[in-house]
Amino acid sequence: MSLIANRRDVDFMMYEFLNLDKVFQTERYQSYDREAVSAILDTAEAIAEDKYLPCAAKLDANEPSFDGEKVSIIPEVGEGLQAFAEAGFYAASFDEDVGGAQLPGIVNLTLAGFFSAANPGINSYAFLTVGAANMLNAVGTQEQKDKYLGPMLEGKWSGTMCLSEPQAGSSLSDIRTKATPTEEGHYLIEGSKMWISGGDHELTENIVEMVLAKIPGGPPGVRGISLFIVPKYRVNDDGSLGAKNDISLAGLNHKMGHRGTTNCLLNFGENGDCHGYLLGKPHEGLKNMFHMMNEARIGVGHGATMSALAGFLYSTKYAGERLQGRHPQDKDPSTPQLPIIEHTDIKRLLMAQKAAVEGASALLYYCTDLVEEQKLTDDKDAQNRLALLLEILTPIAKSWPSEFCLEANKHAIQVLGGYGYTREFPVERLYRDNRLNHIHEGTHAIHGIDLLGRKVSMFDGAALKLLLQEVQATLSATSEMSALGEYNKDLEQALKVLVETTETVKAHENVNTQLANATIYLDAFGHVVIAWLWLRQAQIATNALANAQGDDVAFYQGKLAACRYFFRYELPKALVQFKLVSDLDETCMDLKPEHLTGNNPL
Amino acid sequence: MKVLVPVKRVIDYNVKPRVKPDQTGVDLANVKMSMNPFCEIAVEEAVRLKEKGIVTEIVVVSIGVAQAQETLRTALAMGADRGILITAEGDVEPLAVAKILKAVADEEQPGLILLGKQAIDNDNNQTGQMLAALLDWPQGTFASEVVVEDGKVNVTREIDGGLQTVALEGPAVVTTDLRLNEPRYASLPNIMKAKKKPIDTKEAASFGVDISPRLTVLKVTEPAEREAGEKVEDVATLVSKLKAAGAL
Repeated sequence: MSLIANRRDVDFMMYEFLNLDKVFQTERYQSYDREAVSAILDTAEAIAEDKYLPCAAKLDANEPSFDGEKVSIIPEVGEGLQAFAEAGFYAASFDEDVGGAQLPGIVNLTLAGFFSAANPGINSYAFLTVGAANMLNAVGTQEQKDKYLGPMLEGKWSGTMCLSEPQAGSSLSDIRTKATPTEEGHYLIEGSKMWISGGDHELTENIVEMVLAKIPGGPPGVRGISLFIVPKYRVNDDGSLGAKNDISLAGLNHKMGHRGTTNCLLNFGENGDCHGYLLGKPHEGLKNMFHMMNEARIGVGHGATMSALAGFLYSTKYAGERLQGRHPQDKDPSTPQLPIIEHTDIKRLLMAQKAAVEGASALLYYCTDLVEEQKLTDDKDAQNRLALLLEILTPIAKSWPSEFCLEANKHAIQVLGGYGYTREFPVERLYRDNRLNHIHEGTHAIHGIDLLGRKVSMFDGAALKLLLQEVQATLSATSEMSALGEYNKDLEQALKVLVETTETVKAHENVNTQLANATIYLDAFGHVVIAWLWLRQAQIATNALANAQGDDVAFYQGKLAACRYFFRYELPKALVQFKLVSDLDETCMDLKPEHLTGNNPL
Repeated sequence: MKVLVPVKRVIDYNVKPRVKPDQTGVDLANVKMSMNPFCEIAVEEAVRLKEKGIVTEIVVVSIGVAQAQETLRTALAMGADRGILITAEGDVEPLAVAKILKAVADEEQPGLILLGKQAIDNDNNQTGQMLAALLDWPQGTFASEVVVEDGKVNVTREIDGGLQTVALEGPAVVTTDLRLNEPRYASLPNIMKAKKKPIDTKEAASFGVDISPRLTVLKVTEPAEREAGEKVEDVATLVSKLKAAGAL
């Protein structure tokens, strides 16, 4: 059994939950079919198994180091990335006219998942490079694309995103990095950037840093932020590498997880000679960076889901092999011990993981499909509708997996007991890796504020209305299915509470109070979305069970069991949370700093 | 020089085989199937010879069910030029495979036939040797190195006592061992290019050779489960137990 992929579930997501066969019939993707996709996924899975997975523990134990001159990383990282590049995966999702393979996004998500489950520390370098290349492709000039895109899509150069600064993390409007125009056309960049993943290393010939900076004299706050290409080595007009740019690595951060990816404090322009090139229009940097950030946010949710998948697969395998104890009614010590997977509470821990992983997975496939459909339609109304759905679901797609798939990793450790707490087993590493996802790409709280403060009200609540219509469609489609009747009613009720809670909060006059429990709202909202997607999966499974044979019977029964679990054990929690939010509870708001310890920390 | 590479579709090496409830064989329903790893090594070697400019065309051939076409596509994605699918139902035994391959070789006239030393499903290790005998060509089996120069195929063989190098006058049959090379991954662009490469389909019956099985499978069972061992107090007890068991 693979420890990084469940290919049956992948096929379910691609061909049963979504309709990838229909995507193959479009002009854009007509060269693809099931056989080719299967072969491509085989290659991805094999490289992830052979080159990424075996060194995951070693990379975790031997994080990159900096001697003041250069960054050292164990050689397996470069070898893994080289195999990824040779397989053509950097360019996989890009259009054919820029040298890509024009792979359907749904397939690209799947293959990226194998690498992410196997070794997120290596995967991040490729993930960031693809994201930066995507942004360059979307907003760069032809000249910029000619210069940078080719080597990035071949994996020869890597890419990063440089937003945060030591004094400005979540509060982007407070960044200080300065970009001064010169007569030669380039800008001089000056400032420090913090938390830059892949910011420096020797894995690639060049690093294309995508930097947010302010052009002096521009508007204040986020409206005065511009985006710049700042390469580690300057690039000559013929594409060859020139002098090293004035970027210096001030130090590496030493992280809890994701330890294979360098995380840097970078100083730009210490000697006043850091060349940057404006990407997109002045002061539109943040808008353009969102090309990368929205993709990255779905990617973060997916990464969280894949770390949980790896924990789920490992702990399931372990629970089938580990013998321990007997059922409460069988006390006779002369009888053989049971594999722990037979114990009810272990089943609960495993089912909780399955419900989180496959629920989150459905959400990420759904969002990726929205992105895909946007590409496949010329109809402006349809595009607008898809974009709105994506707007409201992006904070959920990033945050729900980060919270509840991390919880799944906690359960995986619990299944292994003491062994799970040791570094001899991978589950504690998976937990540490996953803990990052709650923090980066906008912290959990930021997404709560984004959802409750902005997304549910945008365009007079249009995005929320669209999402409600989608959920209603599933409710209508399942209303006659007797086996799903209970879930249908529960979801309808939860949806009603969600709407009422949202209205109550919006009607309140004080914004601080409105947003006081935005994080709680985010979690509860996410639960309703995941419950909806479990009902959809259960609908498909119920229909498929009628003609299922062999292992498929257990597969579909498993989907129904997970749906049942989610509706019984998880969805009720959302109702409690919505109550707190609609009460406009001020417990935390009223808290004074001195209440925490009796001393005022201010 | 043209190279012929026979490849076999087998149960994936990662899959734990399950015996069918009626004990007639291994259950292959809904089981992941892939190219036999030894065959992958043969394809890789052929591609490397082509990259060195020694080989001009690589023809891959597979005998079996229609889905063996996927195995041919994998070989084409690794760098083979065209495929021949020979459809046959049921188990085709090594002698029957060798006979069909002889007929293909008569038609294709390759300078070299490169094939895996054995397939991981039945572990027969017979086809290459039988094929060489039927063709009356020299054979170099269990190759860990293949060098083609001055019209000769020099094959370093892994044998019990170490390594043996034989120089074969072409055309020749070479079977590949595990250490010959590390097969490449089929890249995304090459998988898509392979879709456009030609695959000829023929029926095994059209070759006019007798492929009917000569063996009868009585039953297939799981290996007996390993039973728990026994701890003894001291060496003397161990020796007496071993004697009692007839081991000493």
